Amino acid sequence: MPISRRTRSAVNSRRTATVVAGMVMGTLVMSGCGPAQSDNALTWYINPDAGGQAAIAQKCSEESGGRYTIETSLLPSDAASQREQLARRLAAGDSSLDIMSLDPPFIPELAEPGFLAPVPDDVAQSTTENVVEGALAGATWKDELVTVPFWANTQIMWYRKSVAEAAGLDMSKPVTWDQIMEAARTQDKSLGVQGAQAESMTVWVNALVESAGGSIIVDPEATADTIELGLDSDAGKAAADVISTIGKDGLGGAGLPTQDENGSLIAFQGDSGSFMVNYPFVWPATTAAVEAGTLDQAVLDDIGWGVFPRMSEDQEAAPPLGGINLGVGAESDNPELAYEAVQCIVSVENQSEYFVTNGNPPSNTEAYEDPRIEESFPMAETIRDSLQVAAPRPQTPFYNEVSTGIQQTWAPPSAVDPENTPETSSNFITSVLRGEQLL
Amino acid sequence: MTSAIPAKTTTASSTEPGPRLSRDDTGTKTRKAPKQYSDRVRAERRLGWILAGPAFIIMLLVTLYPILQAIYESLFKFRLTAPGEREFIGLGNYAVILSDPVWWSGLWTTVFITVVTVLVELVLGFALALVMHKALKSVRGLLRTAILVPYGIITVVSAFAWFYAFDINSGYINSWFAWLPGIDENLNWFAQGGTALFVIMASEIWKTTPFISLLLLAGLAQVPDELTEAAKVDGATWWEQMRKVIVPNMKAAIMVAVLFRALDAFRIFDNVFIMTNGAYGTEVLSLLAYRQSISRLEIGLGSAVSVLLFLCVLLICFVAIKLFKVDLAGSQGGK
Repeated sequence: MPISRRTRSAVNSRRTATVVAGMVMGTLVMSGCGPAQSDNALTWYINPDAGGQAAIAQKCSEESGGRYTIETSLLPSDAASQREQLARRLAAGDSSLDIMSLDPPFIPELAEPGFLAPVPDDVAQSTTENVVEGALAGATWKDELVTVPFWANTQIMWYRKSVAEAAGLDMSKPVTWDQIMEAARTQDKSLGVQGAQAESMTVWVNALVESAGGSIIVDPEATADTIELGLDSDAGKAAADVISTIGKDGLGGAGLPTQDENGSLIAFQGDSGSFMVNYPFVWPATTAAVEAGTLDQAVLDDIGWGVFPRMSEDQEAAPPLGGINLGVGAESDNPELAYEAVQCIVSVENQSEYFVTNGNPPSNTEAYEDPRIEESFPMAETIRDSLQVAAPRPQTPFYNEVSTGIQQTWAPPSAVDPENTPETSSNFITSVLRGEQLL
Repeated sequence: MTSAIPAKTTTASSTEPGPRLSRDDTGTKTRKAPKQYSDRVRAERRLGWILAGPAFIIMLLVTLYPILQAIYESLFKFRLTAPGEREFIGLGNYAVILSDPVWWSGLWTTVFITVVTVLVELVLGFALALVMHKALKSVRGLLRTAILVPYGIITVVSAFAWFYAFDINSGYINSWFAWLPGIDENLNWFAQGGTALFVIMASEIWKTTPFISLLLLAGLAQVPDELTEAAKVDGATWWEQMRKVIVPNMKAAIMVAVLFRALDAFRIFDNVFIMTNGAYGTEVLSLLAYRQSISRLEIGLGSAVSVLLFLCVLLICFVAIKLFKVDLAGSQGGK
């Protein structure tokens, strides 16, 4: 008996070992640690969207006639986490980074140490025709194209027609921040701006400073020790004045200190909505809410749009610029193939399709000719006009420090002081960059 | 540590020979010498090493290596995206950190969160442990499960749940509790340090009180019934039984619970990261280390913050274990 029991237990443990080994192998294969993929497989690291990039990947793979297949791999939801993951992988020499969807402000940081494969001349030429100015600037580092513009985002001004009418504003002409602040005050409504201590704060500050004729960094290509900030200037003070007034006078509502783009949209759709600066996603989100029955059709009918508000009547606004560019990793096994795929991804046809299905505006002006765009996005022309004058955020390898430094010194809006904040903020960021302070 | 375990076991059982603490007539502790182990004790020790050894070695490999690496990296000025500019700066990073008010405010916030949450959890956990201990047999299982549910939830999930409950746009707390003074529909909980810390700590307490109550329940179960019965016979009130019999007899369990929770609470990250990301005076040390190492990719500075955080944790351990040892001797070496 004891012998047979021992034999049985040996068989059992062998069986258990086989099962465990099988599970381990299964997990390894599923997690991608298994045998190498075929030679023409490309991995595209995408930011989360409504499935548009995966559809383009499939389409381009099919069109290539077997030359390559693109597999998508999802990055984290916010831009900062996407950057963290990509920077760590690139620094470690990860060869799976064939194609990457990159947020423009983080491109210099990756281009400077040579983490991105150079863009071949023919690709550069074919992918930059008819591309809006701001998107090109965001794709360039030290006068060289280092990524390929894919789609471009910008903020426009959304407003409730009823409120603008009651305030007596002529919305056929561009309006100023002073005008909309006054309108919100007299009509007892809230302005939709992003006052949270987050990336959206840097976007707002940059747009205000640029609209007032200044820029956050004087020389973006400077090193950490020599960088000079342009915040402590008339433009910086004018920007601080707008933010401080909105914060101190309660013009942004009680939610302002924690409000991001989604938060301002929710507030804008409510009873206190008046004017809001926000991205084009507002339109599909609002129409979807009406279709789902969670929002009145009357609210949708009451929404109007125009270009970003000006800082002064006679100076054109410089709206925020965002979007996604495509980069190819320097350690990729197949950079030529990857650039071939990139050319397919950013084709005019794909950009139009992506706008219609996912709401992300093309960087190529030609893509706006598609008749379906006007149908789904009645404000497409405003978006295209806005993109032509939009200003990118500071293009510097130290963007993360600059942005986080601004967030920590300009939020909450009610604590901003036009006399002190620009200076404090400049000093803080400079000493962080010199390694004298923590962030 | 490992070798001390069999020694402690033998100390507790008075029939076993070996080194033990004893008290003379005046109550002063003396250590018996010389150390002579019986075959059985030696065999037990060997078995202890064989059982715990592999885990001990793997632990050393996976923890010691990163710790040493972090200490080494902390002596450099090194940014991941500028590998060519790596430069040895000695203790320069530590000087920057310790002279920066951001570090000190982060430290105080972390200490504040640790002290408040551990104290509240201890009181609540004790109450829950008593309820579980005294509950009727028929409902005991159900009760334990119900109490343990929050502990089974992933911290990030519970952080989001608490965040959305208190959020000014999507939350329901403001309308439910509008009858309380200070709460109305315009209260933005995450816009200032005080209220934001309140939500963060409440979430932390809700989530981990079950853990502490489980540890305390184990302690309660160890208190011999004869002692409480004897106290009852002597006419002790409930409060006197608690203070003089139950709590002193479960001191060891309480200390373990406090130590574990304090170490855990000191490293708080998830709740703060999800709810405020350190905004408006809610910055804690783990988040500070994360911001330098992961967001800024400043490996040197980030490693230095991590090393300092590690030293703080070591200090807590050291203090608690010292206290813990005194308690152990007090509860087991008594007459």
